[in-house]
Amino acid sequence: MTKALAGIAALAAVPLVLAGCSAGSTTTDGSVEIKYSLWDANQMPAYQQCADDFHAANPDITISIDQSGWEDYWQKINTGLVSGNSADVFTSHLAYYPEFVLNDQILPLDDYIAADGVDTSIYQDGLVDLWKSPEGVQYGLPKDFDTIALFYNQQLTDAAGVTAEQLGSLDWNPKDGGTYEDVIAHLTVDKSGVRGDEAGFDKNNVETYGIWFEASNAGALGDGQTQWSYLAAANGWEATDGPWGSSYNFDAPEFQETITWWHSLIEKGYMPSLAAQTGISWSDQLTAGSVALASNGSWMTGYVFGATTDSFTPAVAPTPTGPTGERASMFNGLADNIWAGTKHPEEAWEWVKYMGSLECQSVVADAAVVFPSIPEATDAAVEAFAANGVDVSAFTVQVDEGTTFLFPITDHKSDVNALMTPAMEAVMSGKEPVSSLTAVNDEINGLFK
Amino acid sequence: MAAKVSRDNQIVPAMLFLIPASIGFLAFFLWPTIRGIYLSFTDYNLLRDPTFIGFQNYIDIFNDAVFWRSMAVTFQYVFINVGLQTVIALALAVLMHRFTRSMIIRGVVVLPYLIANVIVALVWFWLADYSLGLINAVIDGIGLNKIGFFGSEAWAMPTIAFVNVWRHVGYTALLLFAGLQAIPRDVYEAAEVDGAGEFRVFRSVTLPLLRPILAFVLVVTVVGSFQIFDTIAVTTGGGPVDATRAINFYIFERAFERFDFGYASALAVILMILLATIALIQNRLLRANESDMER
Repeated sequence: MTKALAGIAALAAVPLVLAGCSAGSTTTDGSVEIKYSLWDANQMPAYQQCADDFHAANPDITISIDQSGWEDYWQKINTGLVSGNSADVFTSHLAYYPEFVLNDQILPLDDYIAADGVDTSIYQDGLVDLWKSPEGVQYGLPKDFDTIALFYNQQLTDAAGVTAEQLGSLDWNPKDGGTYEDVIAHLTVDKSGVRGDEAGFDKNNVETYGIWFEASNAGALGDGQTQWSYLAAANGWEATDGPWGSSYNFDAPEFQETITWWHSLIEKGYMPSLAAQTGISWSDQLTAGSVALASNGSWMTGYVFGATTDSFTPAVAPTPTGPTGERASMFNGLADNIWAGTKHPEEAWEWVKYMGSLECQSVVADAAVVFPSIPEATDAAVEAFAANGVDVSAFTVQVDEGTTFLFPITDHKSDVNALMTPAMEAVMSGKEPVSSLTAVNDEINGLFK
Repeated sequence: MAAKVSRDNQIVPAMLFLIPASIGFLAFFLWPTIRGIYLSFTDYNLLRDPTFIGFQNYIDIFNDAVFWRSMAVTFQYVFINVGLQTVIALALAVLMHRFTRSMIIRGVVVLPYLIANVIVALVWFWLADYSLGLINAVIDGIGLNKIGFFGSEAWAMPTIAFVNVWRHVGYTALLLFAGLQAIPRDVYEAAEVDGAGEFRVFRSVTLPLLRPILAFVLVVTVVGSFQIFDTIAVTTGGGPVDATRAINFYIFERAFERFDFGYASALAVILMILLATIALIQNRLLRANESDMER
């Protein structure tokens, strides 16, 4: 019986094996093929260029790149790991790699780093530490980073008489919203052309919102990366008790008063309601003139500036300063992980090392899609953006002024998001008070016990 | 003796003919079901070996508020979807049967069914957008308040149900239409001779004679509706709050987003038992195996 079942299982697995990509294999001429996976289609050409350059320098190693969208990417990586048929090297994210570390699915890099004498101090401050386990084991070399800023439609700010200078020096506090709220109110326009800060403003018939609210993205509400984290952090809040923390602080007053203010924007009509923001994505709403301002990540720069039309002149402003006296932006970065089951760890490491090098990151910089993690290449990327007519200083100012804070790395990240997202939706739709998040925080911290 | 040989001869070819279907059944239905039931008693995250935890998953599910809400919204969806779809499809089928022989009209009716589910869902999602969608532009144009179709808790599930009614109603109508064609014409002629009006004919002739087909359609659509997934996955993603977190979507989230395969398997086993029960009850109540056509 057991035999029969095993046979059936083997049969069942056949199509999966056939459909999946086979893991890195040695080809007939003795050269090695390394499979590499990434999710960002915008970065694919740059990394293809890196792969070609790498192959030219190492003719016996061929890199084959496989790209799939963010939604499918993690299922693909996970099923690959389970079936023992993963890509040898894959782009990883801070929300997912702790799980791989805890389950021994990725290779520690310390021995390789020591053997090859790789200098890990060349990266922007803090990025290397993101890829260190609690025991101090290094699992990735940081390739790039992203920060948060305010995208806006310059035609709408000009019409409102708001200058780029004003937008660059906004301040915010959770009591009255500071000049940040003043500008958002002024940029809001109702159907009859009345602005949000003028008498007779009809908050139920808004034509153009001051700022957008995005709940659709999985992490948008859970960790607030693009939506509220820049405000909460500028209010002195920290998400957890440090990297690899075991307790969240969603019960802290600094967080809850930030969300209270944020939700008040909906009630004042300056920001779309939860119901009104469901549908077409924020960037297209910005292009279409439904909104004047929208906070989002540097990775969207190419997309937003690519959408320039007669009625849409994109520009970027830094996030406002908060009660701490400083701005704040979540600092997130990607790195590559090596699958623990790879048949060619040496070759996979060579490729990872190359992707983290100045050589490859200069190629990535020229593509003007993301900011490479090596300061020299960061500068090159800023210039490449400028050559395309895009001023990205609103993103880099956070790094220059040292106002970034790290993505909250913890175990149970997907459970945390699954608990936080509906709870935040209930708060933002006015169904539950902000204080209801305290109970959710208890539930989340219960996961770590 | 001779009889036995011929019987053996029949068994061997019969077995041969059954092999292809059996392989599919064993590999893709029976084995995954057995394994799923086993996993439902374990704690399993794919990357570590499953550990047996007895009925713990089931106990946790019983205490899981999200599970109960997901059952509630699933029933809400099934009720709206099946109710609306069956009534409209029946009306369409009777209209087609009584008044037209046109292949073009039959083609038009079934057209939405030929479009991929995900595309249908996305097009309606964009059409129903609050700020930029065509539907809200029309609502706004005639002076009514805009509606957050996919974004408000009250509207989200009915909207998704409507989208799926739009896509499936033609197909269901065609199934019922085929059933109508099987009803002999002389019954209608007899009804006409007896002076029965159009409504009376429908109530006393069409409906009773269509019952077995109607039962089949109901079982298939109810079971299908319980498994609503793709429309939710590409539009609301279970939100706002839990308003569209239908059971199948919750299973997917638990398994593939939270990597809690043991818990997800237990949810799937519960859904399986539920669907089997409902199908059985429907079959009994609607007497699907008998027809009133025998005279």
